[in-house]
Amino acid sequence: MLKLTETQIKMLEEIANLHHTPEGAYNIRTNGESAGRASTENIKITSKEDVSGIDIRIKPGTKDETVYIPVVISETGMKEVVYNDFYIGEGADVTIVAGCGIDNCGAHDSEHDGVHRFFVGKNAVCRYVEKHYGSGVGTGKRILNPVTEVYQEENSYMEMEMVQIKGVDDTDRRTVAELAAGAKMVVRERLMTHDDQRAISLYDVKLNGDDSSADVVSRSVARDNSYQKFDATVVGNAACSGHTECDSIIMDKGTILAVPGLEANNVDAELVHEAAIGKIAGDQLMKLMTLGLTEQEAEEQIINGFLK
Amino acid sequence: MLELKNISFSVREDGMTKEIIRNVSMTIPDEKLVVITGPNGGGKSTLARLIAGIEKPTEGKIFLNGEDITEKSITERARMGIGFAFQQPVRFKGIQVLDLIRLATGKHLAVADACEYLSAVGLCAKDYIDREVNSSLSGGELKRIEIATVLAKASVLSVFDEPEAGIDLWSFQNLIQVFEDMRKHIAGSSILVISHQERILNIADEIIVLKDGQLITHGSRDEVLPQLSGDTTAVAGCCRLGGLAELRELKGEDFRC
Ligand SMILES: Nc1ncnc2c1ncn2[C@@H]1O[C@H](COP(=O)(O)OP(=O)(O)O)[C@@H](O)[C@H]1O
Ligand SMILES: [Mg+2]
Repeated sequence: MLKLTETQIKMLEEIANLHHTPEGAYNIRTNGESAGRASTENIKITSKEDVSGIDIRIKPGTKDETVYIPVVISETGMKEVVYNDFYIGEGADVTIVAGCGIDNCGAHDSEHDGVHRFFVGKNAVCRYVEKHYGSGVGTGKRILNPVTEVYQEENSYMEMEMVQIKGVDDTDRRTVAELAAGAKMVVRERLMTHDDQRAISLYDVKLNGDDSSADVVSRSVARDNSYQKFDATVVGNAACSGHTECDSIIMDKGTILAVPGLEANNVDAELVHEAAIGKIAGDQLMKLMTLGLTEQEAEEQIINGFLK
Repeated sequence: MLELKNISFSVREDGMTKEIIRNVSMTIPDEKLVVITGPNGGGKSTLARLIAGIEKPTEGKIFLNGEDITEKSITERARMGIGFAFQQPVRFKGIQVLDLIRLATGKHLAVADACEYLSAVGLCAKDYIDREVNSSLSGGELKRIEIATVLAKASVLSVFDEPEAGIDLWSFQNLIQVFEDMRKHIAGSSILVISHQERILNIADEIIVLKDGQLITHGSRDEVLPQLSGDTTAVAGCCRLGGLAELRELKGEDFRC
């Protein structure tokens, strides 16, 4: 059994839906150290020599395995940069559950900057799930600045689900991807900011091979005085298709900036961008109120559904 | 029992006052199914919205079982027992049919129980219970889900605004069944349906005709139905605005619109 505090256990449930030590391969990082690690026949996790972080090597043809690599910070003032590299072998089909939770009860800022690189082999399928969460009553900020690089070989498939619903004060997310022929990338981002939080999400996806495609969709809610920027650029360098979408609900004194970016360098590139920002529709509130909900209850239901 | 007393509703439009409901008084008695009909633009939906509390009257008062609810909010009226199926149901991203039915009942209803409401409106429950109430649903599907939520709410007064709109002929049979069943089990409640459909008018206890924001007629079905089909001006008015076309056909009369 791993040695974890109550708070850390709660965090792991929140970010990775883990209720006990995971089966299969995992690496649980708490306050800058590995609290537990396991490799399997097909998935090897090793520490990096030069910098803080791990290499995750997944053998070609590995099927239906899940790797957990959650990170928890529960010490105030903790700052770390971690480099994780994922090598997903040809034809593998795996799920990677990441996620980072910061509980800051102190006065100093806590920060986790994770640099993830994915090398997705030919015909490989990878589902990546990442949840960010902050808690704690301290005045110190909870800061997360993830950098994700994705390199997809021919006919590979990468699906990324990224969720940040609560408690992260400041986040600056950068995701870059390069796709070879026939590769497909699907991104689903869900974000809610509240109080004085700030969240930036920047994508730069290059579709380099024929028949490659990317679908990047963000749903977000900005409440209170929070600020969000969604900046998604898709570059079509081949006969490819790209779609980005930003669908946002703005509330209170929130600010949302959606920056569409499409660059076509090939006559057969088909690129689409959609963006919509607006407050909760009045008739949605009214419908739920006619069912007996108060206006606040109706708002909560609408937002929960929207971000589900 | 719902009572409207001298209800008027007007809005300001382009600096002018536009009267949409003019001094309407009516009573919806207990255990009666009352149908409001009349030409499009006559103010029927506005009246329903006034009853649900979505709009507030410019003049007049509304009473539910003797209590003045004129100043009550939508939520308060819903909790006092008013249910309302919108003419144009609302779509929600991410909210599932099951969620809406549960919210309507105010309980964490078992899936099987929620499914019964869908079956009641002729939807194959297992195909719809998990669906999102979003733009992937057709107008007719959405309309039936809307009706299901109002059935699930089990109100003292249920108001349905043109439940037949957008519903195909096959499902229409089923819809009539829904209202016939509701009529049968009306004990302790009343039903107000806004409709142009002969077959819904046929199961009404009372019929009200609303035109140009005014109450033209209010009486028992037997009194009002003959007037509707016999009176050429009423029919012409309805034909012009797309209403009662079916009525004309069924009566086998040849009115030229
Ligand atoms: N809030 C409003 N502002 C301006 N005009 C309105 C408003 N609500 C309704 N109306 C107008 O009032 C009339 C009656 O509308 P409605 O109640 O929808 O009629 P019906 O349901 O009988 O077809 C229409 O001409 C409509 O355009
Ligand atoms: Mg109407």
